[in-house]
Amino acid sequence: MDKLTAEEIYYTMVLGRKFEYAAKEHYMRGEISGFLHLDIGQEALSVAAMKAFDHGDVFTTYREHIMAIARGIEPKAVMAELFGKKSGVSEGRGGSMHLFDPSHFFYGGDAIVGGHLPNAVGCAYARKFQESEHGVMAVFGDGATNGGAFFESLNISSAWKLPMLFLCENNRYAIGTEITRVAPFLEQAKKAEPYMPTMEVDGNDAVAVYEAVKEAQAYIQKGHGPIFIEAFTYRWEGHSMSDPGTYRSPEEMEIWKRRDPIARMQQVLRERYGMSDARIGALDQKAQAAVDEAVDYASKSPEPEVSELFDHVFVEEVAHD
Amino acid sequence: MIEMLYREALNRAIDECMAADPNVVMLGEDVGLYGGSYRVSEGLVSKYGEKRLIDTPIAELSIVGNAVGMAIGGLRPIAEIMTANFSLLAFDQIINHMSKYRYMSAGKITLPMVVRFPQGVSKQLAAQHSESYEQMLSAVPGMHVFAAGDPHYAYHALKKAILMDDPVVFIEHELLYNKKGEVDFDAEVDPFKARIVKEGNDVTIVSYLKMVDDVMAAVPEIEERTGKKCEVIDLQSLNPIDTGTLKTSIEKTGRLVVVEEDHKMGGYGAQIVSWAAESLFYALDAAPLRIAGENVPIPYNRQLELASIPTPDKIAAKIIQWGADNGL
Repeated sequence: MDKLTAEEIYYTMVLGRKFEYAAKEHYMRGEISGFLHLDIGQEALSVAAMKAFDHGDVFTTYREHIMAIARGIEPKAVMAELFGKKSGVSEGRGGSMHLFDPSHFFYGGDAIVGGHLPNAVGCAYARKFQESEHGVMAVFGDGATNGGAFFESLNISSAWKLPMLFLCENNRYAIGTEITRVAPFLEQAKKAEPYMPTMEVDGNDAVAVYEAVKEAQAYIQKGHGPIFIEAFTYRWEGHSMSDPGTYRSPEEMEIWKRRDPIARMQQVLRERYGMSDARIGALDQKAQAAVDEAVDYASKSPEPEVSELFDHVFVEEVAHD
Repeated sequence: MIEMLYREALNRAIDECMAADPNVVMLGEDVGLYGGSYRVSEGLVSKYGEKRLIDTPIAELSIVGNAVGMAIGGLRPIAEIMTANFSLLAFDQIINHMSKYRYMSAGKITLPMVVRFPQGVSKQLAAQHSESYEQMLSAVPGMHVFAAGDPHYAYHALKKAILMDDPVVFIEHELLYNKKGEVDFDAEVDPFKARIVKEGNDVTIVSYLKMVDDVMAAVPEIEERTGKKCEVIDLQSLNPIDTGTLKTSIEKTGRLVVVEEDHKMGGYGAQIVSWAAESLFYALDAAPLRIAGENVPIPYNRQLELASIPTPDKIAAKIIQWGADNGL
């Protein structure tokens, strides 16, 4: 990883965390509603994976604000979507869980656990069909690995040697249920082993995630078929804002807070790239300014008009009455 | 005008679309080398290859889910599900993904795709191979639902569905695949329009899929016994509904009968009757009649099976009785 990339990843991680804390604050104030799933603690994984996967399409879940931003969607367009505004990336129709932007090869934003995996596989079929350099990365949690859509997707992508990268973010909890209570082991990559090569990575180490995804991307580009990365991480907040997260012990939380991905990336910047504290501080300030601007933009943006209710249902408008 | 089978009309529509656009692909169980369970894709794999006629595993969720992803990726997929009964395994993809991605993304995602399957009672296939699910699918915003009752509409509507940029659920009937009919390839057919199968001034009978044929089989007896003339309408597009054609007919006849094969409880015909009651109450001279399947899983035994759905005899008897009770 070159210095510029390292700096960019660090900046986006800080931006992401500040963005999430701002979203939390404005949720508490009632300006953001619905379900809000925060990605605090998992920034290394969300940012480094997106930055590394630069030759392909991404399908992800409802915990995707930071991934969307890392993919290149403007923070203000993401925040405005959380606020339900017309200027949001989905014009207020999707909200926090449904951010889409094909211009950045970012296809959601899907809130049916595991439901986006067959879509990613289909897109990988299209890319192979088109003899494209693009592969497809699907990001999902440990909770998605117990459902049928997951196994169907492993099977089909492997049978057809599709350019698919399965990236499992194992944060140990499917809402409030610890993964080992509903699966026979902690390591979900074991489920993929009969179908494809698997890799394991420390999801809180941005450099390791970046390198693993780069390696996986190169692998799928060669036409060998799919590959699976399992990244172990931990979310600091509850599943969503409506979950206080009381099923996890303070001791466990403390262990993971000591593995703070942002603090670790700061250390990398200092030790490997000789970056000064002043420079790091400047990046932090720049990130704060971007988040402040996003909030300001979102709060000042207009709501969609009620007259727009039926816009975007169909390409060719046909009255359904 | 060429006379052909319903399945041949579907095959021809797919064939022409595949010839015209290299992005059209078809996927499903046995659609490729085997030629399709109902021979709809027969011969296509030798023309277009296995890359475009994609034999999938028995995994309906993935058949539709992969099609959604293919459409996102720039292809124009036709997903075939072997029967409506198996489409239930794909309902998450049809409803949560296919019908919603465009809206949730404010129009950024376009899904030019078709999900096709046959439905209905064939002959003694029992409860897990005989159901009809148009009522549930027509209740979903964000996609069109077409139901092909004859080869002419089958050809034109499927072609339009494949060429259209919006998702379509295309429903066929198991007993129609070998139905013969004339297809006018050059006709301009609007797939959203209902078809007046037979004109008449006294009672409007609305139906779709195979029940149209059963209604037509019942009409001679009804007309003979009542001395009145039936107007028979094949809805063809179940969502949206061509209310204009229905309105004109009901205002002329003042009477409405809906004949459907699905179960009466929550059945599709309830939507037609409710629409008529809301919109045309004062045009109606009698309470509408719904003739539908019984509220029971479809049984295996032939006698029980026929007792569970409308048949020409029952349709005639019920309409004649209803006519007598309502001064027809």
